[in-house]
Amino acid sequence: MNFKHKFVFLFPGLFVLIGILIFPIIFTIRLSLSGWNSYTPEMNFIGITNYIRLFTDDPRFWESFFRLSFLSVTTVILQYVIGFALAMMVWREIRFKRFFRVIFLVPMMTTPVIMTVIWRTFFHESLGPVNDLLGGLGVKPILWLSDPVIAKFTVIIVEVWQWTPFMFLLLLAGLLSLPKEPFLAAAIDGASPFRKFVYVTFPLMAPISIGAIIIRLIEASKIMDTVFVLTSGGPGTATETSSFYIYIKGLREFQMGYAATLSFTYLVIMIISLTIIAKVLTKLMIKE
Amino acid sequence: MSKLYTFLKYFFITFWTVFVVAPFLWAVSTSFKDFQSVNSKVTYIPWLDFEPTLEGWRVLIKSPAKGGVDIVEPYFNSIFVTCTASLISIVLGTLAAYALSRFTFKAGFVRNNDITFFFISQRIMPPIVLSIPFFIFLSTIGLLDSLLGLVVVYIVLLMPIAVWIMVDFFNRVPKELDETALIDGCNPYQAFYKVVLPNSIPGLIVAGMFCIIFGWIDFFFAFILTFTEVQLLPVKVVALNSSITPWWSLSASALVSVAPLIIVAFIVERYLSKGNLSGALK
Repeated sequence: MNFKHKFVFLFPGLFVLIGILIFPIIFTIRLSLSGWNSYTPEMNFIGITNYIRLFTDDPRFWESFFRLSFLSVTTVILQYVIGFALAMMVWREIRFKRFFRVIFLVPMMTTPVIMTVIWRTFFHESLGPVNDLLGGLGVKPILWLSDPVIAKFTVIIVEVWQWTPFMFLLLLAGLLSLPKEPFLAAAIDGASPFRKFVYVTFPLMAPISIGAIIIRLIEASKIMDTVFVLTSGGPGTATETSSFYIYIKGLREFQMGYAATLSFTYLVIMIISLTIIAKVLTKLMIKE
Repeated sequence: MSKLYTFLKYFFITFWTVFVVAPFLWAVSTSFKDFQSVNSKVTYIPWLDFEPTLEGWRVLIKSPAKGGVDIVEPYFNSIFVTCTASLISIVLGTLAAYALSRFTFKAGFVRNNDITFFFISQRIMPPIVLSIPFFIFLSTIGLLDSLLGLVVVYIVLLMPIAVWIMVDFFNRVPKELDETALIDGCNPYQAFYKVVLPNSIPGLIVAGMFCIIFGWIDFFFAFILTFTEVQLLPVKVVALNSSITPWWSLSASALVSVAPLIIVAFIVERYLSKGNLSGALK
């Protein structure tokens, strides 16, 4: 085939994407070397001063980063376990199968921030239903949003509610595409459901699982919307994630230069760590 | 053993269903409440616990001057931005995906997989990293606070999804299909347009649904890149949340905003059950 045609297909998309992205990325790098803030809103050059500040004098960023890692890893593990369980349950025949499938999919179709607005009223400490119902059981009101430790778990609950469906969808689509023969063989050998899962289903699902986990980790590493509405990073900085911290530095305090430094460092860490996680996961799950 | 398993299974399914539905039920119930039934004590069931009113729903259609919440315009803005950006992403993404699936590219150490990875890896980009330069960039060219500016940004969000789904899909469409078309005298564009595309409708629908979902639910870019001229739905509802909007109209607006995409859940389920999605999503 004439090799010119292939560029006609590829280039529009590629160049639009590069065209939109190239400026912001170069600009971020350049901005990160400047002291642009609300007093001196100009592109001066201050070398790596911002980077020195980040690595020696900004524990808040690193705390927010570890918090983000904790939140995203925890939510993704929970989503994977629950999503896999749900997918297994509605995979084969079960009463009202299609009804349950729709129900399990619904949360991912709803806008996270808008649902979080509802969750806020849901977890309201004196007027919300959760504390009221728990109160009926004799439990003291729980400070869902204003206790530093519990607020993290509230964020996790909301994130798990929101995104388990995505995991469920990817895993169920995977389960439905599995070949039938291994299961027949296992049935002939009289394997118990548990052994069937461990020796047949799980290994067959490993590549799909890895894909799903990586996709979810990528999306979860951007946790921001939920936190923004639910707790605004509070109480104090208890639920502040990296994105949220950069947002505060850049677009609330207008330390654009420093925020660009944070952004760029954050992006590099993200790319490196997600690549490593992808490699490690692939090794772990394929071996089994 | 198997009885215990069945019990656990139904217990878990019931539990999860209740968990999924709970916030919706709460919002529906709240949307019919008045001041008394929200603020005195927690109430649940209309008529039994409290006397329902339609006040929360009425403010949706009132003009802002009369105390309405004015979500009609943001609604149409959201629909416009989501659909336009999805459409552009799907068209460009599908073309690129077809090229990556059918032809081989070589440029230095760059191969097809690297280009595909470049497209998909744009999802790794945290929105905050792009938002600051976009903020300055769009204000320089005068597109800050405009629909067009948002569409441009949303293409970055959505094209990776379109490419991701369509590359996989095209890899599954047999190559013989386009080869036959070429032998029959089509040029590559006709082969793509007349033969491959009509056979890719399921993939296109899945890609389209995902683009619409991820466009519709995005909040962050709309929040940073628009102010007063243009407001998208999520931004509007969050703005209501931080003002003194009472819970009943807040719940009603939230419900109206999330309602349209719930239909997508039904479409996705149909595709799952027919087995079309399995190929398109793996």
